[in-house]
Amino acid sequence: MNETAAIDAKDAAPVYNFAYLDEQTKRMIRRALLKAVAIPGYQVPFASREMPMPYGWGTGGVQVTASVLGPDDVLKVIDQGADDTTNAVAIRGFFEKTARVATTTVTEEATVIQTRHRIPETRLGANQILVYQVPIPEPLRYLEPREVETRKMHGLAEYGLMHVKLYEDIAKHGHIAATYAYPVNVNGRYVMDPSPIPKFDNPKMDDCEALQLFGAGREKRIYAIPPHTSVVSLDFEDHPFKVQEFSEPCALCGSRGVYLDEVILDDRGGRMFVCSDTDYCERHRPEDGTAPVAVWEEER
Amino acid sequence: MPSRLILTDVGKSFVMHLRGGVTIPVISGVSFSIDAGECVVLGGPSGIGKSSILKMIYGNYGVEAGQIICACESGKLIDIASADARTIHALRRRTLGYVSQFLRVVPRVSALDVVAEPLAAQGASHEEARRRAAELLARLNLPEALWDLPPATFSGGEQQRVNIARGFITDHAILLLDEPTASLDAQNRAVVIDLIAEKKKAGVAMLGIFHDKDVREVVADRVIDVATFSRRSNAA
Amino acid sequence: MNEHVETPPVAIEDLPLLRASGLTRFYGDRIGCRDISLSLWPGEVLAIVGESGSGKTTLLNCLASRLVPTAGCVEYRMRDGTVRDLFRMSEAERRVLMRTDWGFVHQNPIDGLRMSVSAGANVGERLMAVGARHYGKIRGEAEHWLERVEIATDRIDDDPRAFSGGMRQRLQIARNLVTNPRLVFMDEPTGGLDVSVQARLLDLIRQLVADLGLAVVLVTHDLAVARLLSHRMMVMKGGVIIEQGLTDRILDDPREPYTQLLVSSILQV
Repeated sequence: MNETAAIDAKDAAPVYNFAYLDEQTKRMIRRALLKAVAIPGYQVPFASREMPMPYGWGTGGVQVTASVLGPDDVLKVIDQGADDTTNAVAIRGFFEKTARVATTTVTEEATVIQTRHRIPETRLGANQILVYQVPIPEPLRYLEPREVETRKMHGLAEYGLMHVKLYEDIAKHGHIAATYAYPVNVNGRYVMDPSPIPKFDNPKMDDCEALQLFGAGREKRIYAIPPHTSVVSLDFEDHPFKVQEFSEPCALCGSRGVYLDEVILDDRGGRMFVCSDTDYCERHRPEDGTAPVAVWEEER
Repeated sequence: MPSRLILTDVGKSFVMHLRGGVTIPVISGVSFSIDAGECVVLGGPSGIGKSSILKMIYGNYGVEAGQIICACESGKLIDIASADARTIHALRRRTLGYVSQFLRVVPRVSALDVVAEPLAAQGASHEEARRRAAELLARLNLPEALWDLPPATFSGGEQQRVNIARGFITDHAILLLDEPTASLDAQNRAVVIDLIAEKKKAGVAMLGIFHDKDVREVVADRVIDVATFSRRSNAA
Repeated sequence: MNEHVETPPVAIEDLPLLRASGLTRFYGDRIGCRDISLSLWPGEVLAIVGESGSGKTTLLNCLASRLVPTAGCVEYRMRDGTVRDLFRMSEAERRVLMRTDWGFVHQNPIDGLRMSVSAGANVGERLMAVGARHYGKIRGEAEHWLERVEIATDRIDDDPRAFSGGMRQRLQIARNLVTNPRLVFMDEPTGGLDVSVQARLLDLIRQLVADLGLAVVLVTHDLAVARLLSHRMMVMKGGVIIEQGLTDRILDDPREPYTQLLVSSILQV
């Protein structure tokens, strides 16, 4: 399988292997991915490589994407739901250059979607792979810094500590205050950090048709949720899991039931709420091009 | 009445390792028995080993020679000299009571609870144990204002009355009395004499040390002169 | 001469809760503890005394299965009545045992508490670990146990970092007792505390042990602590038990030279 992207000699640019990583590395990562798929939610160690970007910019996600990408794939990259932010543009450009794959911003058209901090609003299908960039894969770390101990806790499914964290939230705030990176139990076994997506997106992971892969480059861990796997957000009987609710629709497209970002408009307290998923927002704007009336809120 | 306590050729000495291993003889050849409902008093000059005999029976002192058979209510016989710690501990809870001269004060526990504890340990309810404790403390004329205070700050006589109440509250079949009247006034001495008489009537076997001649004469059914037991041979 | 010796009276529970035999632990060629056998019955408080380096903490850790012995075995009678060899149990089973039927009170409360979460969460952790998922009930239990250890319930949401040494130690005890363990290991529970704080803690432990019928293995170098809390005592020196018996027997009539030295060194107040 020689997918080397031929680069014209006259470009005098360095010749990269297809999708940047060498084949041995991709094999190693694919083996880790296979294991991760076989044990949903389990963090598989892998030999994370140096990438031409700093840690924290998605080195884990990029390595996973590089390992699953084929020449016929169509790639979409989002950062906080947006296709047009620096990180998303840079990673998209990276694979355009090193793999020469087609790219898109339209969720339905993509076969591989690399994401930071969001799951697209458009329902994902069986032919798609969602690749998450993960900063800290260990959900137990907040309370138990010893890796040896947290691994043992995963091994023995000792997850009481996870609820200690939720208990603390309720004790301090009256409700479970975690709004992102909200811990989930995968397939009734492993507790997993879904990466810093808003808890609004948690229900989308449950019984999802697409394959979900998670890569943490600095931490050298890969984990996965195979299609149609149960993903349950942790909670208490008397404080059940709830997603964020927005009182107003998106100020640009008028959609309800989607995740909104707050946009500050001026320094007098003016702000509006718009879809965080830019692709979804653009394709849900009224046909006549008139934007709905933006919702302005005065500062209290 | 059946024998409750039978000592046969009991002996004891101390080896003082910190003083070059010198052996200090205490007593040997102690043999006597006590029946239920009997109060036997150990007599003899001080330093002769009377307290040591009580302590060996209670298990505070190890026994070097002989045996100390205790007849339990269940009919079982237990040799205190060779019994393990757990057996002696159980024996103390059920069968073998001890009233010492000095109260070993436990911080923060009220006089009432100090007295009630042995009864509660036998399974009585907390309320019942405290009710009986209050009765006894009243009988022994301990001012009610003191009942809820820890006895650490009490006078010697007050502490001793707490200790007596604690020793008499249960229905142990055997009671060891180590000078229970030593620092009491005449009125409270009379109360203790009454308590002893009641225990006798209830069939309790008692072994005591009373330096007070008047009390001794009233309570003793028999006096055993400890001087008749020989000291350890190597001291002779 | 022992022909009259009988088994203990019927009134007491006759099966030991914990039984160790031939327990030995080497550190390289140094002896931690050697050939130690003991039994502990329900409701019994056993003090292991000795000075630093005598092997008492090694023994405690072997008994509590925190340290694997070089030789020997430790058996425990589980709640269902079966007797299990601790070191033949799976680690998962052992860890469940440790956080349900056992407690472990460390000398330094920092070793036994989660300092970054509230007192209530510290107490509730074991409940959540065994599956409690009702916040209100967990909090109610936590309040109950804070009261039992004399911590004002309005401190329930405070971090243990804001607590004094004595309070931390009481919190650690509450955290251990919330699952109603039958056996608690204590390693110098009053070490490092002021004398007045120590007295209060000792009294609290004494009451809890009596009220709850706990079996306790207590390691201490302080004979006064052993006198106040324990029924039975073992004196260790050089990794072996040199003397054992009823606590007041050992203190009133110590026989071994070392025990006599220890007892004669108690400060009289």
